[in-house]
Amino acid sequence: MELYNLTIHELHERLKKKELSSLELTDAFLKRINAVEGKIKAYITITKEDAVKQAKEADKRIAAGMDVTPLTGVPISVKDIFCTKGILTTCASKILNNFIPPYDAAVIKKLKDAGAVILGKNNMDEFAMGSSTENSAYFTTKNPWDLERVPGGSSGGSAASVAADECAASIGTDTGGSIRQPASCCGIVGLKPTYGRVSRYGMIAFASSLDQAGPLTKDVKDCAIMLNAMAGYDSQDSTSIDAPVPDYTKVLTKDVKGLKIGIPKEYFIKGLDSDVEKAVKQAIEVLKKQGASVVDVSLPHTDYAIAVYYLVATAEASSNLARYDGVKFGYRVKESKNLIDMYCKTRDEGFGPEVKRRIMLGTYSLSAGYYEAYYKKASYVRILIKRDFEEAFKKCDVILTPTSPTPAFKIGEKTSDPLTMYLSDIFTISCNLAGIPGISLPCGFTKNNLPIGLQILGKPLDEETVLKTAYAYEQATEWHKKRAVV
Amino acid sequence: MAITKKDVEHVAVLARLALSEQEIKLYTEQMANILSYVEKLRALDTRVVESTAYTTSTNTVFRKDEMKPSLPQEGILSNAPEKAKGCFKVPRIIE
Amino acid sequence: MSYEAVIGLEVHSQLLTNSKVFCGCSTKFGAEANTQVCPVCLGMPGTLPVLNKTAVEYAVKMALATHCKVNDKSIFARKNYFYPDLPKGYQISQYNEPLTQKGYIDIQVNGAEKRIGITRIHMEEDAGKLLHGESYEDADSSFVDLNRAGVPLIEIVSEPDIRTSDEAVEYLKALRDILVYLEICDGNMEEGSFRCDANVSVRPVGQKEFGTKAELKNMNSFRFIQKAIEYEINRQIEVIEDGGKVIQETRLFDSDKGITVSMRSKEEAHDYRYFPEPDLLPLQIDETWIEEIKRTLPELPAEKRERFVKEYDIPSYDAGVLTATKELANYYEDCVKKYEGQGPAPAGFKQGAKGKGQEILPPKVVSNWIMGELLRLLKEDGKDIAQPSAFSIQPSVFVKLLNMVDAGTINLKTAKEVFEEVYKTGKNPESIVKGKGLVQVSDEGALIKVIDDMLAASPKELADYKAGKEKLFSFFIGQTMKATKGQANPQMLNKLLQERLAK
Repeated sequence: MELYNLTIHELHERLKKKELSSLELTDAFLKRINAVEGKIKAYITITKEDAVKQAKEADKRIAAGMDVTPLTGVPISVKDIFCTKGILTTCASKILNNFIPPYDAAVIKKLKDAGAVILGKNNMDEFAMGSSTENSAYFTTKNPWDLERVPGGSSGGSAASVAADECAASIGTDTGGSIRQPASCCGIVGLKPTYGRVSRYGMIAFASSLDQAGPLTKDVKDCAIMLNAMAGYDSQDSTSIDAPVPDYTKVLTKDVKGLKIGIPKEYFIKGLDSDVEKAVKQAIEVLKKQGASVVDVSLPHTDYAIAVYYLVATAEASSNLARYDGVKFGYRVKESKNLIDMYCKTRDEGFGPEVKRRIMLGTYSLSAGYYEAYYKKASYVRILIKRDFEEAFKKCDVILTPTSPTPAFKIGEKTSDPLTMYLSDIFTISCNLAGIPGISLPCGFTKNNLPIGLQILGKPLDEETVLKTAYAYEQATEWHKKRAVV
Repeated sequence: MAITKKDVEHVAVLARLALSEQEIKLYTEQMANILSYVEKLRALDTRVVESTAYTTSTNTVFRKDEMKPSLPQEGILSNAPEKAKGCFKVPRIIE
Repeated sequence: MSYEAVIGLEVHSQLLTNSKVFCGCSTKFGAEANTQVCPVCLGMPGTLPVLNKTAVEYAVKMALATHCKVNDKSIFARKNYFYPDLPKGYQISQYNEPLTQKGYIDIQVNGAEKRIGITRIHMEEDAGKLLHGESYEDADSSFVDLNRAGVPLIEIVSEPDIRTSDEAVEYLKALRDILVYLEICDGNMEEGSFRCDANVSVRPVGQKEFGTKAELKNMNSFRFIQKAIEYEINRQIEVIEDGGKVIQETRLFDSDKGITVSMRSKEEAHDYRYFPEPDLLPLQIDETWIEEIKRTLPELPAEKRERFVKEYDIPSYDAGVLTATKELANYYEDCVKKYEGQGPAPAGFKQGAKGKGQEILPPKVVSNWIMGELLRLLKEDGKDIAQPSAFSIQPSVFVKLLNMVDAGTINLKTAKEVFEEVYKTGKNPESIVKGKGLVQVSDEGALIKVIDDMLAASPKELADYKAGKEKLFSFFIGQTMKATKGQANPQMLNKLLQERLAK
């Protein structure tokens, strides 16, 4: 075992006992990045100097025994969607190729306050629009389990950096599955918390009513540790929930006796990869053996989720991305005849094809004559989807599904047809539309040795039960101990 | 309600995107595809939920009317593509 | 054919909060460019709005003052359009479910009362400012100052109930008075804290349907608004009479030429793509809060005017003038209280009486003085009567002067001179009177001597008078006043002269 293979809680034990300094640890990760980053390409920016400085600070805290948290001195990475004060923040877009925020995102501040060391900013799909990182304006990140495959997306850089041991953990954002799907593709744990559980302040908006930040980690306990540091009310975010934050590590007891697991029939459909189906069904058996019971539930509007998502998310995005106009920050085209010309050319050159496609679709669905039929109708169906979950959760404590119908696909395999790409989000999207928490954790491998993800969805603000179930499953299996060989 | 090339051109103007002919053609096709996929929503009866567009039941929060320090001017302008006289500089506006 | 105009007004007024509507930046006018800007009002990536509670309270105040219904739930919406002064590429406003709707105000036009309906009042954020022109010699560029971006606004939309430019101006003045009375807007049109756009159309008298409207912008004074509307009404009538059609468009008022000019835009009509603002949850205003706000509402101009007429028995014209600003009205009331508080007027109390001993009540006396003297002086000095500092003469000093007139110490004419002196120097009226020897001649003996001398010097007039030319009485009064440099006690002079002439 190398240092960089360890989990946060394992590293914390060593740091706390002063068997290891944060500086040594940070150095070990920087060396690891040096060694594998050429193959993986998980980072847009590596912040070596800041990381070393933060590591030294952390070592001081540990030496003084002051304010030592489970994250103090632990090197992590962050998706390049989080604003970092004084550090380039691109959102993997050309339009922000020179943007240096004068502020930290609320989550970044929390992690820094906890003493985490930030190694760098991860690659992603441009403005979090995509499922593969192929939409990054800079490069495509490779899946550490198979370099010819995508790591998933949009938080693909984050997931790959964790899977390739280029950091101890990472944070991403999830608008329609952007944490869970890459976690699934890369064989790690990824959690999307309840909408409002984590502040969105300083996190570059894609679809404001869906976006939520969450951790990507090597195991469930790390996930709980990260969530402890990230969650909580923030007065800067009006949609943030003012509810107490429990200690999420406290519920990790392996005891799931009496737990009722809902299995939605709508999620076991045609097109579901047979290896994936097998792995998920086995996972259900594992939990049953531990004392959980299984009930059939129905989420009848599942089939509409993608349609709703691609109308609501693109509409919000078309508005959220209007601020990138070449006036206040970011890219501006060199030559222009007048203002409108400057706007149109800057945005045409600054945004990539997928972002433009979504801006177009969103603009269209909000425009005069179409608003009622598209955006508004979608908003209503969204409520129906939310109600499906409310009904289902009357019968069960958590809902268990595959994270993705297929394992990681090959780079370039789906780029030509956007709709096919969108359809691969089918199992993750409803969770965002309903605002509920969801986790993905490893539950096996395909014949080709590609990781398979198990998704566990919970009631609003009930991350505890989600984590508890995930932990019980994880501890009963060995999947989380497997590491990609890069 | 098939989307036409003209529609796409109009939307591009609204969205301030100088799309090429090729892009217009491609997007017309792809948007038509996606829009025909989302047509399925129409068949759904949503009358029971048409009272609100919000999925949350909570209401907005307030802040007190208290001044907080602004950023210094150079901080505000530091990311500006072009600036002059303490302002963001933009090309002439033709009405 | 005769036509009538149909006018609806959209007023934007800036709310007098300390900080902006969605962030903590100052709202103060006139700061150096881009010094009152933060990541939130600059629309930087990832930043989010949080609603200023005081802005909501002020908007509710205006709603209550204009008899609007306050919705228990309202929704913020994004209005999407690109412009360099709009940092996020959308304005946070309200659309389908505004804060408040369905109200009215009553206005006075040429002595008649008219009710103007208010469609809605909603909250929104102001945009920044675009600078160009001579001071920015670079003709190929514009410059963006975002200090104003995010200042809270309410937009007050009227029903198309207005028919003339006079009504429009009266409506706007009444709205502004209310805003200023409520202390939620400074009403300053030049600085843009009170702005108005007008929708104007014309139709043949008797026709029910509205004609095609034009939206007028760029009018930053009541005078310009009046002119612009008048011009536009005539223009549209001419277009129709010439067999043309009025086009729906936005027209800018050119104040130099006094005309409205089409703002021909190369792009198609705006499509603002409103949708609910996902960064703000619904705004809930419960009954208790509304009641709380209601209790803080001051007396409004119309109520005050009515009360003045009733309580002080002054003409409604006076009441209108005196309630033009809260400060003036307060000053008036303070002076009246001081003056009346002295108990019954002294015996010789006939101040300002015209002719035959007709008494004027103390509140009207004060009103005459304020309207006739004080407001004239303030106007000459260009003083703002919305500022308490304009009323530097203490009510007690004011009343002392009135008392001196009542006591016969000085006459009205002298009193006016003294008043001006008090206004200019801040000196005590008594010392001015003493210092300049302005004390009224109320000594019977002395006055008789002056009268006798005067009569002796005017034998011809005296003879004519005796022959029946009674009009000459005022000539003798004038002559005596002249001889006493205006300091003769008028009542006494009147009495003594009659006695002398009767001899």
